[in-house]
Order: sequence, then structure tokens, then C-alpha cells
Amino acid sequence: MIYTAPDRRQALAMIGAAALCLSARPARSAPSPISFNELYGKVSVLGLTFSDKVKALEGKPVAMRGFMAPPLKAEANFFVLTEIPMALCPFCSSDADWPDDIIVVYLDRAQTFEQANATIEVSGKLEVGSWTDPDTGFVSLLRIVNADFRRV
Amino acid sequence: MRSLLAILTATTILVPAVAGAATVYPLDRATILTASPFDVKVEFDGVVAGSDVTVTINGKPAAEVLGKEATFIEKEDGVEASAVRLEGVTIAEPGTYTVVAKAGDDEKTVTWEVYGTSAEPKAKNVIFLIADGLSVAHRTAARIMSKGMTEGKANGRLNMDDLDRMAFIGTSSTESVATDSANTMSAYMTGHKSAVNALGVYADRTADPFDDPKVETLVEALRRQTSKSVGIVTTSELQDATPAALFAHTRRRAEKAAINTQIFDLKPEVILGGGSAYFLPQSVAGSKRKDDTDHIEGFKEAGYTLATTKGELEAAAGSNTGKVLGLFHTGNMDTTLDREFLKKGTVEKFPEQPGLVDMTKAAIDQLSKNAEGFVLIVEAANVDKMSHPLDWDRAVVDTIEFDKAIGVAREFAEKNPDTLIVVTGDHTHGVSIIGTVDDEKPGDQMREKVGTYAEAGFPNYVDSNGDGYPDSVDVSRRLFLAANNGPDHYETFRPKLDGPFVPAIQDENKKYIANEAYKDVPGAVFVEGNIPRDGDTGVHAVDDVVLQATGPGSENFKGYMEQSDVYRVLADVLALGAAQKK
Repeated sequence: MIYTAPDRRQALAMIGAAALCLSARPARSAPSPISFNELYGKVSVLGLTFSDKVKALEGKPVAMRGFMAPPLKAEANFFVLTEIPMALCPFCSSDADWPDDIIVVYLDRAQTFEQANATIEVSGKLEVGSWTDPDTGFVSLLRIVNADFRRV
Repeated sequence: MRSLLAILTATTILVPAVAGAATVYPLDRATILTASPFDVKVEFDGVVAGSDVTVTINGKPAAEVLGKEATFIEKEDGVEASAVRLEGVTIAEPGTYTVVAKAGDDEKTVTWEVYGTSAEPKAKNVIFLIADGLSVAHRTAARIMSKGMTEGKANGRLNMDDLDRMAFIGTSSTESVATDSANTMSAYMTGHKSAVNALGVYADRTADPFDDPKVETLVEALRRQTSKSVGIVTTSELQDATPAALFAHTRRRAEKAAINTQIFDLKPEVILGGGSAYFLPQSVAGSKRKDDTDHIEGFKEAGYTLATTKGELEAAAGSNTGKVLGLFHTGNMDTTLDREFLKKGTVEKFPEQPGLVDMTKAAIDQLSKNAEGFVLIVEAANVDKMSHPLDWDRAVVDTIEFDKAIGVAREFAEKNPDTLIVVTGDHTHGVSIIGTVDDEKPGDQMREKVGTYAEAGFPNYVDSNGDGYPDSVDVSRRLFLAANNGPDHYETFRPKLDGPFVPAIQDENKKYIANEAYKDVPGAVFVEGNIPRDGDTGVHAVDDVVLQATGPGSENFKGYMEQSDVYRVLADVLALGAAQKK
């Protein structure tokens, strides 16, 4: 199901699953679940290397659970998914120390903020390789794109 | 005539108090080391004509006194106002310098005190140990947790308990009664107070974080005047405010990639800590740079031995270059409690991090190879990093480790009495010990188990292996530290054994609400915050910091001092007013 703002959630829930999700992606195969501790094969001070699982799933649909870090704007088309709830917006605080385990999520369209307290599941295509966000200058090497998410 | 003069005098005196008067950097009552380069900036309140502007120092044109022509800027970037700048000027003669900046009716008078130092150094080496956020409660808790207490007397003493001299340090910023690590460490390391978030600069009104008027840092002064080696050891990212204050000139401490470039430019001989993410080019996963600069390669080319684990740091001790780059984490290093005992936090990913004691030993070994002496700065960063989220057990265990690092420094100073040791914090936290939490006390609610006054008794920590750390922080009767400020959170009355405490998290309105992860801990109670809801954690206290010192020159630390006065003592002990390069 595609996530919608909490106040409209119940109303749209009735039509959401059937109408929106299925019509938008009729041919989508079931995403492979992947967790934060499966992202990197080797973690070291001199850099991280992606796991074999990440390499195998590159370009394929994945599903990943985590928490939405407080985003830059109330409504945005991308956010950072973290393993644990994050206290700080990684983009706006002058003193934000990002956790090492994050993945950038690019949504199909701008959506509203999810409670940082809530576990969400993101589904989309896993993209590997350097990409500089033209709006924020944020460089990511690992992303879930064409994504949607739902509260677990 | 007499009455007319009185009016004129009164008017003149009132001028600096008039709203919108010009601002002069360095600010009024600044203290400046002789021959130390600094930038001068005058910010007029509005747009003025260059022909109307005069800046005099002790009645003479500034250009004449400072040996450089001033630049007039009719309109500053993004500001409808004029400014005058002089970059990298110096004053050779100690004394009082009165600066008068005028443009029409806009006038400002400030006075600077330029100080000299001894001609000969009093100490060959300086070891400056700072626990970020070190408050009195941290010390007391570290002593009780580490040494124990019987019938009201401590069973042992901390290394910091026996330092000879002491001062109370005021930590306020140029724009605020409160402070942060950037402003305070910058004041310790430059002799100039600044603003929150600013390092090695006076914070001016323009938006550019790199155009603010600069002042010289301790490391720059050491490079200019001496042949001493310099070392920095921290458990935080090396680009974090406290270590950055040795090198950086920026209005914004968050400019960590740029700060790393400034570290690279100054090349301290020993660099040990976290924050490798800013050394790595952006093409490497884990990098937080936005360019292809590879500082690890750069340091290697400059002859540094690289260590990335505790074992490699030990091996680096055998190198003879005196230059070591030790990077042990992509971000901040884990706390002692997580690293040594609980294996939580990020220890699973970085299992071979050295502690502050290992790093301090390694640094002194390398730096003492320089016959000209050294200056070493050691920071216990997690005292602050764990006090913000009100995780007192982690903050106190790191204070114990900090004290052990002081022990390493004292051991060196015993054999090398020409060493000044300074131990301090950069600001305090709003924390106190109010008694104990005793699981055996009757009552269903955890607050009934809080023992105050006679009911507190003594905690029952055990240190069976004598390593100075309690075998467990999760004992049945433990110290109760409480914060006097914080966001909404759940108080669990227990150590956070699953990982560092995250008291509050942000909701969709950007307000911090209590983290529900702790809601169901048995006995947890909701504590309503008393700071604005955009604050995520507890905040720094404005209370004075205690500074202690021992060794040559330490007698100059006494009574109440501003944190900027600390630099003057360091400068005098190292005779930074005298050129000593050989």
C-alpha cells in the first residue's frame, strides 16, 4: 500500500491497496527483503565495501525496514532510512552526526513525513553507485529509488 | 566652558552604548599575543562613504600602527552596510591599544590588551587534557564508582584529585551567556572568546562561514615560533569542535570536510581519533566528503605511519618518524562502557578501537622523540557526548578513562618535570548526584527506590580485578545522577545496557518527543522536558568549569579566569612571544 498522510490514511486505506498500488506497478515482482546489517561485507576505517547480497540485488526490487530520519522538509521526495530512530535531521542540524547505517530513499513523488518513532518498510529498486543529489548536494552510494513506504 | 566639556564627555561615553553603533573585531577588552597575526574588521551599522571612514589606534592611523592598508567594503555580501578589513596584522609591542572607528555619526571605541610572554619557556612540554563537558558531578561519580567510599571517605583518589593548582573558568560566549565546545576550546586555544559554533574566528555578520576575522591558534603559534611537535588525541571525530579548535578558522563547526583540510595543512605530528569519513574521497563508501581529496594518501605521502586498529597503533610505536595518523572509526569512537564491557554501540563494526589511555601513551611516546619538546591535547569526548542524552553511566565511565589518561600524563611528568599538565573541561552539564537508586528498597515505583539523604547509603559497585572500572554498572544500589534540564523523556532509573540512551526523537512538527523505546522499561516514568521542544537532548550548563594544573607555570592558574585567559598562561609557559626556532 502507498503511504498517505495520517489524517487521510483511513479513508484512503480502503481504496489504496487495490486501486493505487496495483495499477501503478502491475508487473512488479516481489521485493527481496534486505536488512541494515546485510548492506556491507566489510566495514573498516578506510571505507566500507558492499556485501555480496547488495551486489546481487543491484537494480532489483528490495524491501527494507527501518526508521525515517527527520527530513529536510515536511514533504519531500527523498529521505534517509536509518536502523534506529534518529534524533536529528541529518540535513538541517549543524551538528548532526549521521549513523553509519543509512540508506537514501527516493520516492516516486513527494510525500509527507512519517513519525520517526514508527518502523516503516520501504519498497523500491536498489541502486548502487555514486549519485549527487542536485538539490542538496548530498552524495550517496546506495539508494532505494522509485520507492514507496508503509508503516509496519 | 567647563559645563560644555562635561556634556561632550558624557556624549562620548554614551556612544558605545547607542544601538547600532559600529562593531570592531577583535572586540573590546580582547587580549592579543604580541606578534600573533589577527584580522581586524570594523562593521558599520549602515552604508557609509569611504572618505568619511577613519580608524585610529592610540590616535594614529591604523594602517601606520598595523603596517597594512585597510580595505574598505562599501556593501558587504548580503548586508546593506559598509565594513573595513585588515588581514593578518600584528602588534609587536605589549600595551594597551585604543581603537576608534568612525564614519560620520557611527563611532565605536574598543581597547585591546596586547601581552608579551617570558623570553624563555618555563616548560618544555605541555599536556592539555580536556574532558568535554566535565562537570563536578562527573568527577565525584568517577571517584565513587572507581574507588568506592567507606563511612563517607573516598577509598581512593583520582589522578586529577592531586593536581597542584586550580582555577574556576568562565565559559560564556561573545554573544551569549551559554557556550559550546567550539567557542570554549577556541578560546583556550587562541586567547580570544568567540561565538557558539565558531572556531578560530570572531563571528561576523556575513553568511559566509569562512570569511570571518581570524585569530591565530595555538598550533599556528607553535609552528611560527617553535620547533615543537604537536599531537591531538580524541575519542570523537578529529573534525569535531574540540580538536578542530587547534587548527580551524570557520564560523560553522559543522564544516567538517573543510576542517579536515585545515588539519591536513597544519599537519600535527600525531593525530589519533575517529572521523576517517572526512579523510576518504567521496568515491569510497563511508566517506562524508564531497570531493575526491584523499587525505589518508596525503598523510602517507607526508611520511605518516597509518594505524586503524589498537594493534596497528601498538605496532606504530616502533616507528621512528614521530609522525602517526591513527584513525579508528569513521565517526565518533565508542564509549569505554561499550568498548570494554557491553560491546554495544558500534563496537561490533569497529571492534579494535583503542581507548584514550592507549592513545595518550602512543602519542607521548612519539612526541617525546622531539628534543625541542611537544604540546599534546587529549580530549575525552564522550563525557559530553553521553551527557547530552542523559546517559550518565557512559559519561562517568568515560570520565574514569579520562582520569587514567591523566595518570599516563602524570607518569611522564614525573620523569620529565619540565612538563606542564592542564586538566579541564570546556563547559559543564546540568547534572548532579543526588543519592542512589536501590532496587532493594520497598515500593512499586522506581522513584520510591531513590535514596536521598540518609536513605542514600553508599552504592555497591565492585572492582574485583582492580582495573579502576566497576565490574558492572548495573548493580543493585547505584549512583543516581539527575539532569536539571532535558527534553521530554522516560527516566528508567537504570543503566542503558542495550546501547547509548536516545531520550527524545523528532516528530512531524520538528518537536522532540519522548522516545517510546523506553516507555515499557519496568518502572520508567515520563519526565516532561523544561527546555524548548526543538531541543533533542540535555544542554550545556553555564556554570563555571574547574581547571587543575601541575608543573612549571601552573601557579598562574588561580581564582576566577575567563577561558580566553587560559591561553595567555599557555603562551607564557611556552614563551610564544619569543622566537625559538632552531
